[in-house]
Amino acid sequence: MNCQQARPLIDAYADGELGAAGILELEKHIHDCPACARAWRNVQDLKKALKQDALFYTAPEELQQRIRSVLPAPAKPAPSRPAWNWNWLTAATSGVAVACLALLLALLLARPSPEQQLAQEIVSSHIRSLMANHVMDVVSTDQHTVKPWFNGKLDFSPPVKDLATEEFPLIGGRLDYLGGRSVAALVFQRHKHVINLFIWPANAANSNASVFPPRQGYNLIHWSEAGMVFWAVSDLNEKELMEFVQDFTAGGH
Amino acid sequence: MEERERLKLFEQTVLPHLDAAYNLARWLAGNDHDAQDVAQEASLRAFRFFGNFRGENPRAWLLTIVRNTFYTWLRQNRPPENTVEIDDETLAMEDLSTNVPAVDPQFADADAVRRAIAALPVEFREIVILREMEGFSYKEIADLAGVPIGTVMSRLARARRQLQVRLAAEFKPGDQP
Repeated sequence: MNCQQARPLIDAYADGELGAAGILELEKHIHDCPACARAWRNVQDLKKALKQDALFYTAPEELQQRIRSVLPAPAKPAPSRPAWNWNWLTAATSGVAVACLALLLALLLARPSPEQQLAQEIVSSHIRSLMANHVMDVVSTDQHTVKPWFNGKLDFSPPVKDLATEEFPLIGGRLDYLGGRSVAALVFQRHKHVINLFIWPANAANSNASVFPPRQGYNLIHWSEAGMVFWAVSDLNEKELMEFVQDFTAGGH
Repeated sequence: MEERERLKLFEQTVLPHLDAAYNLARWLAGNDHDAQDVAQEASLRAFRFFGNFRGENPRAWLLTIVRNTFYTWLRQNRPPENTVEIDDETLAMEDLSTNVPAVDPQFADADAVRRAIAALPVEFREIVILREMEGFSYKEIADLAGVPIGTVMSRLARARRQLQVRLAAEFKPGDQP
């Protein structure tokens, strides 16, 4: 091993992430090469400097209180004193508390529904995948390449189908993140239009494809089948997107 | 699950990691006010989606949400020209073998290190925090940040070289009192 081969391995070595074979070779090189030995010590010193407790920010008490106050209140044990013993002040205070709760409830109700939020997240994900030029992690027109690629990256196995003959070629796949969980994103194409198909498992009954109101110019269709939830999103028009969904659910091959 | 039970379980498994959530948010957002907003929003999202939590590492799960929430917040609150596009391709070609100055931990006081970390592009900063402060493995960071392991490694190496150069510049022997 020479210095040029050794240097890129030094960080992984210092992090304990180098494989056994690499460790043996690198240690041998470091033993013989003062410059690389110094580089290794430098990384260790830097790691030490970065691990100082003083660099860690702890959550302010105020934040903890804010979070607990917006989470649903835990059920209170029954009051130890009978209600008629409450004095005027207590009653007034609880009146204020009730008003606060009502206000909070009103605020919560004014928020978009979970499904609307999900749709918004899906559209954002779709846009992000196009903007960041990061549509795919695995580029392949072959379902037998795309499907195994997801193995070990997800806790489920998404149905990967190739619809090339039906004019919606599969062009790749990507890991994405929606609603707090990792999901599979299959990427299909129709001419210049990219279709992202998001898939994740859920305890949902089978449901037919239904069109969700378009958001920011993107069409959305969702359905569930065999314990999986599917959301297709694209700038493709609704009719063609529905054709895609029908092709996909018809089985592909 | 009943709401009360769900809340209890959430308080037991997820909320203990609020410090980690705030720390990441604080390093990403750069100030306490925005970090609190991000950490609070992330905690609420975590509670909302707690049903999807599969019992894996709750800290990694919460931090993934913090990270997501932060980037959503960033897009909405800061002009895009302030965010740096990281080119991992060029990075792979970059020569990492050049000698970098040593950082004497004795001189690397917390303030200097803090400034050096804060000066990193956000894509590097998050990897450094996740690795050195949270101790996640490369694989866990890759999953958490949704990037390949190779990208984690190259960003980490590049971040460390930048930190070394910056810290060494702050503590040139001649500058010592």
